[in-house]
Amino acid sequence: MTAAIEICGIRKRFGTLEALAGVDLEIPKGEFFGLLGPNGAGKTTLINVLAGLVRADQGAVRIMGHDVVADYRAARRSLGVVPQELVFDPFFSVREALSIQSGYFGIRDNRAWIQEVMDHLDLSSKADVNMRALSGGMKRRVLVAQALVHKPPVIVLDEPTAGVDVELRQGLWQFIRQLNRDGHTIVLTTHYLEEAEALCQRIAMLKQGRIVALDSTPKLLKRVHHLFLKLRLVGELPEELRPLEHGSAAAAHVLRMKDYGEVEKALSCIRRSGCSIEEMELVQPDLEDVFVEVMHHA
Amino acid sequence: MSGFPTLLYKEVLRFWKVGAQTIGAPVLSAILFLLIFGHVMEGRVHVYDAVPYAAFLVPGLVMMSVLQNAFANSSSSLIQSKITGNIIFVLLPPLSYLEFFAAYVLAAVVRGMAVGMAVLLVALPFADLSIRQPLWIIAFAVAGSAVLGALGMVAGICADKIDEVAAFQNFIVMPLTFLSGVFYSIHSLPAFWQGLSRFNPVFYMIDGFRYGFFGVSDVDPFGSLAVVCVFLGLVSALTLGLLKRGYKLRH
Repeated sequence: MTAAIEICGIRKRFGTLEALAGVDLEIPKGEFFGLLGPNGAGKTTLINVLAGLVRADQGAVRIMGHDVVADYRAARRSLGVVPQELVFDPFFSVREALSIQSGYFGIRDNRAWIQEVMDHLDLSSKADVNMRALSGGMKRRVLVAQALVHKPPVIVLDEPTAGVDVELRQGLWQFIRQLNRDGHTIVLTTHYLEEAEALCQRIAMLKQGRIVALDSTPKLLKRVHHLFLKLRLVGELPEELRPLEHGSAAAAHVLRMKDYGEVEKALSCIRRSGCSIEEMELVQPDLEDVFVEVMHHA
Repeated sequence: MSGFPTLLYKEVLRFWKVGAQTIGAPVLSAILFLLIFGHVMEGRVHVYDAVPYAAFLVPGLVMMSVLQNAFANSSSSLIQSKITGNIIFVLLPPLSYLEFFAAYVLAAVVRGMAVGMAVLLVALPFADLSIRQPLWIIAFAVAGSAVLGALGMVAGICADKIDEVAAFQNFIVMPLTFLSGVFYSIHSLPAFWQGLSRFNPVFYMIDGFRYGFFGVSDVDPFGSLAVVCVFLGLVSALTLGLLKRGYKLRH
């Protein structure tokens, strides 16, 4: 079966900076895929190569089997991109912007689908408002709607929730999840790792233009074996536990434990020292811990 | 279906929505030129026999407005889209570089024609003007505005800042249009300047356009049209080359 996205040996250099240093990646149809990495890792460059906004120096990219250079028309029809920057055309209303965007894809009468997308994204009440008059969150919704006007089978969202309030974020994810359930392939980049953990079936981590980790989300989470013991004590933390201290949060100590055996030892040490436990929580590692570990060792 | 008609429609809608600035303002400045120059120069400058200066001036001003506004349309649209980042909306869809070129240039022609018509209509009461050969008028207006529309695309693509487009307009387009015989017949110039004017492609646009009104021109209109068409071919080839490479658009 043709993959939704095939990336083969992509390299891209901007002057002396090697933005992509040989990226190979295959994303099957219907997957919810996460692309993570620190700022400057090459995520946006890679997305721009998919979208035809950046031309790779080497390698090939196919969207639904269509080469993004040789067969760019079919490739671009198959792809919807929500850009990272909050861009808009100040001359038009929301409805005009969506209708014009449909026309660029050769779709003449798209009123029914535009209305449906606007309804899903809570944009209907602003349909005839000029783009300039919208809040940042509303403009972000319009960008999502613009990426969907041509019903692309592959949707790429480049940090769609940056600077967006909780309500919109939740509404947006509900809609994107629905699209994924309907068969759309979703590629997401985000700095909110809890979002990636909750949504993505598979995740690739990029560092300096290279993929340094690529696995299913559960397997990635298993890469970190330690767990965290969060404690609020009456009294001082015993001296021998201080080297295990990973940080502190809201007057609580966070200790990094290798395994459950070490938890037992820590608790008996606390008992021996005579201080008592006011509150205790055992925290499993999350994607942020995996991310930090992968980035540290890569 | 192609996205070309929508891109053309969007480019036309863009200037139409701010018509006071894109059509009204150039009409006002053309009329100010007509009132001031027409009054000051009448009887002082000898143009064609039996053609009063104001009547001579009107076609020149109309064509100057056509050309300057065609340039302004494509250049300002592109640079604004690049600076604000909304150029991405036309780069993501499956539009070919030829469709891209055709839409921007045609929209520039439409803007040029709209401004030209408006200037002509407003100027008519100020001058006794007849139209001898309307086809020449249309041919030169279309070809001339297409040249300047394509040149505006070059400026919009190459520039990184609005000032760079303004510099292109002020240091290249303005001198070429002002020194093209809008306000005088080049036959009234000394031989050196007359010779130099013949290297200015805008001179042929103005001269041929004026021929349509009076049936008289400094140069044979067929020759002028040939020069304008060759220039259109050159500027179009340059613009298409830049678009095909994705110069400063697709990195």
